[in-house]
Amino acid sequence: MHGFDFEIIIRTAPYLFTVGLMFTLKLTVLSTIGAIILGTLLAIMRLSSNRAVSAVAGGYVNLMRALPLILIIFWFYFLVPYIVGWLTQAGRPIAVGGFTSALITFTLFEAAYFCEIVRAGIQSVPRGQLDAGYAIGLSFRQVMSYVVLPQAFRKMTPLLLTQVIVIFQDTSLVYVLSLTDFLGAANNVAQRDGRLVEMFVFAAVVYFLISYAASRSVKMLERRSNAAGA
Amino acid sequence: MNYNWNWMVFWEMAPDGVHTYMGTLIQGLYWTVGVSIVAWCIALLVGGIVGVFGTTGNAWVERFCAGYVELFRNVPLLVQMFLWYFVFPEVVPARLGEFIKTADPAWSTFWTAAVCLGLFTSSRIAVQIQAGIRALPAGQPMAATALGLTRPQVYRYVLLPLTVRMILPPMASEALNLIKNSSVAFTIGLLEITGAARSMQEFTFQIFESFAAATVLYVAINIVVVLLMRYLEKRLSVPGFIGQPR
Repeated sequence: MHGFDFEIIIRTAPYLFTVGLMFTLKLTVLSTIGAIILGTLLAIMRLSSNRAVSAVAGGYVNLMRALPLILIIFWFYFLVPYIVGWLTQAGRPIAVGGFTSALITFTLFEAAYFCEIVRAGIQSVPRGQLDAGYAIGLSFRQVMSYVVLPQAFRKMTPLLLTQVIVIFQDTSLVYVLSLTDFLGAANNVAQRDGRLVEMFVFAAVVYFLISYAASRSVKMLERRSNAAGA
Repeated sequence: MNYNWNWMVFWEMAPDGVHTYMGTLIQGLYWTVGVSIVAWCIALLVGGIVGVFGTTGNAWVERFCAGYVELFRNVPLLVQMFLWYFVFPEVVPARLGEFIKTADPAWSTFWTAAVCLGLFTSSRIAVQIQAGIRALPAGQPMAATALGLTRPQVYRYVLLPLTVRMILPPMASEALNLIKNSSVAFTIGLLEITGAARSMQEFTFQIFESFAAATVLYVAINIVVVLLMRYLEKRLSVPGFIGQPR
């Protein structure tokens, strides 16, 4: 090893952060929002007393959880253009951008994991809450959105946030589509300048610092909410 | 939609001129299973050591174990894979680096992936073991100490046998995660299931057949592991706890 070249990191930092990290954070935030909404719907479906509805949701969730994310990324990367072409009656596959494709993939994939978290959250709400809601004349929708889900979400906030950190780390896998997320940007520089050691170590340090800080904050939040609830 | 389905593609000859595409996928299955088994052994060994020493009560040792876990949990697996593959041979003594770089590429990627996946998984197993030991009633180690057992004996005969049997369900899901994570090894060139499907897709343009085959293989592995773990759980569950089959 011929000395660690810090200079290249300083020189390429603006590119790494404004292009790469921006892509990573945007993908993390947007797919988290999408996945929580879809995951909540899936959780309600899984807990439905209608056998067919819960079987469909259960099958989807189990299939997604059985497959590696990389394989899902490939599936949707090729499948989405066909679906869009079919939906728009174009008669041929319509190209969607790499970011859109990744966003759809992560939303659909992580929804399966959020579904399990939300399902556990809903199940932790005492059944009497549900019955009381119905007794005062609320509809299913009102019981869910005013009584059950607010309590469930408060209980599962730490788990949800931990899953967001997992998504943040998982987004690095868009590398297989050659997209320019943070790792992709670092890889571009590494390959161009032959500085693999510097770029990958730097990428690891940045991912570590962000994930570590985030997971410490989640732990602190958990401790504080435990104390408040006691 | 005009996609040309061709399920017979699996019996066509792959570019290596030896196997059909079906054959290359089966080879991929072997690599996935092989790398997962080796990584699982590494993970159990290292994770077990880190997990046990994380509960010994010595502040510095516990801090070291916690640091180990944080290190491997807060860096994405793909980045760790690149560190082991691209960076590790550069920073070790030159002769070892040279040895790694000149080794047969199929095996050097295999061992790199196995070590990377093994250590990544070991941090998760360490957490499970620590949580399992801490969840045991405090009376267990006290009673064992009162009987005159030494510290290692307390762990060997009392704490670990109970812990291992109680944390089987989370261990099963870690094993499944490991198998899924082994697909990341495809990025450094290991032709495991995902890699085999990807190269088949690139050569034949039969996108959906290739990935469907990989999907079937992963689902099949999942079913086997789940059944195996269910059998183990039934055999090993601790009597007297909820979830114990009657």
